Amino acid sequence: MLVLERVGKTYPNGVHALGGVSLGVERGEIVAVIGGSGCGKSTLLRAIGGLDPASEGSVTLDSERVTRPHEKIGIVFQEPRLLPWLNVADNVGFGLGNRPKAERAQRVAAALERVGLSDKAKMWPRELSGGQAQRVAIARALVPRPQVLLLDEPFSALDAFTRTDLQDHLLDLWADARPTLIVVTHDVDEAIVLADRVMVMCPRPGRIFDEIEVDLPRPRDRQSAAFDFVKRRVLVALDRSLNRAASAAQSEPKAGAGAAMWW
Amino acid sequence: MTVAAQGTETTSAHPAPGKHWSRLARPMLGLVLPVVLAVVWEFVVRMGWASGRLAPPPSVIFSTFVDLARTGELQRNTLVTLARVAAGFGIGVAVATVLGAAAGYSPLVRRLLDPTIQALRAIPSIAWVPLFILWLGIFEASKVTLIAVGVFFPVYLGLMGAIQSVDRKLVEVGRAFRLSDSEMVRRILLPAVLPAYVISLRSGLGLGWMFVVAAELMGASEGLGYLLIDGQQLGKPAEIIAAIVAFAIVGKATDWLIVLTAAPFLRWEDVVRSE
Repeated sequence: MLVLERVGKTYPNGVHALGGVSLGVERGEIVAVIGGSGCGKSTLLRAIGGLDPASEGSVTLDSERVTRPHEKIGIVFQEPRLLPWLNVADNVGFGLGNRPKAERAQRVAAALERVGLSDKAKMWPRELSGGQAQRVAIARALVPRPQVLLLDEPFSALDAFTRTDLQDHLLDLWADARPTLIVVTHDVDEAIVLADRVMVMCPRPGRIFDEIEVDLPRPRDRQSAAFDFVKRRVLVALDRSLNRAASAAQSEPKAGAGAAMWW
Repeated sequence: MTVAAQGTETTSAHPAPGKHWSRLARPMLGLVLPVVLAVVWEFVVRMGWASGRLAPPPSVIFSTFVDLARTGELQRNTLVTLARVAAGFGIGVAVATVLGAAAGYSPLVRRLLDPTIQALRAIPSIAWVPLFILWLGIFEASKVTLIAVGVFFPVYLGLMGAIQSVDRKLVEVGRAFRLSDSEMVRRILLPAVLPAYVISLRSGLGLGWMFVVAAELMGASEGLGYLLIDGQQLGKPAEIIAAIVAFAIVGKATDWLIVLTAAPFLRWEDVVRSE
């Protein structure tokens, strides 16, 4: 179980990006974090991943504190961030550096098969399309079999069709080993398609504004009335979170300028 | 992608004849101007329209080149020059790599070291020659030092800049996968820096060849630069040009050697390749 206890982050320049987020995530659960820009979504994710440790509160995974990147936590960034000097297969196997060669090759092959890119194994990253590259990035993060996978707006740079395709694909992959997924997104549809729970965040400082359960069976029909109903709830919550933010922004105009650099 | 496209085109049922022609002919096109000029000059001298004493025609240069090669003088002098460049290049690259890497990696070292190095860089390197001769004598040491100084700056600057501009996002991937410091250097920084480093080595080598001429012109009893001076003092322009041609060949060959050695490591580069 992943537990966040009053996780806060104040950057050295004084920007108060995250103001105490508490959250418990069960193993295998999918949580979407949504919110307007500047509400600390990415900061929260980076704190969980140990890339930018929290300055207040704590992140614990199975009662072990996370203060730097942890082997049970994988990360997928907004950009694929493949290493251009490694071919696709070596990129996927990047996190398996210290395993025996045979095991590495076998796991990489299995992962590539799973994301449907076996035929691209020997290609360079530059030869892939955006969607393919992001699939390789997901495979790379999943190959070390993390218990928690963090995704930071993973599909936001892709076109709409590729995006829905990859959302389904991600759920497919998730079903294999059922890792905990935490997906930061600003796409309401994406949040509802993927998540068991949608956390709506509001800015200055970033905190959880509302929490919406998505109690729909998978696979979810994006056109169904139930989907629409949840979507409306999320949209209303988002709307309210931003209204409050607008009034807060007037009282604290300075933070915004510096804060914009961080997310 | 362009390579693949060309490959399919040439193997397809209807190879475009125009493409074939242009692929062979394009490099040849660059030869047209020098060859025409050479032939014209040869013709002018043969016809007796010009004496060709100070600007010898190609045939004379060629026979001088062959004569120098037959006596072994060309090879001996080339080897001497090559050895100087190799020594200077080796020392310059070694020092530049260590300092450039340190300055690129550590802001403290950079703040400490870089202003001094930049100040030294502003001095035209040839200006050091009198000092080097006073310090190190007129023989090999001062020549090799001058070459090393010439090689140092581009390599230092290139490597420091390359390390500083390594994509922060890729470094973060390394962090996310918990690479140790040494793994980070080996698996992220080194490959990321390599393309720029190779370019800086090539420009360093170019300066090395420039400075060996300067060093040999200022006093040498052997080397290609000595052939230049010898040809000037004895009034043998053909010998001068033969030495210049030797410089061009050896310089290009060593540059090519770097490119060839680095090529297998840089196949991933996303560059526009022109045939």
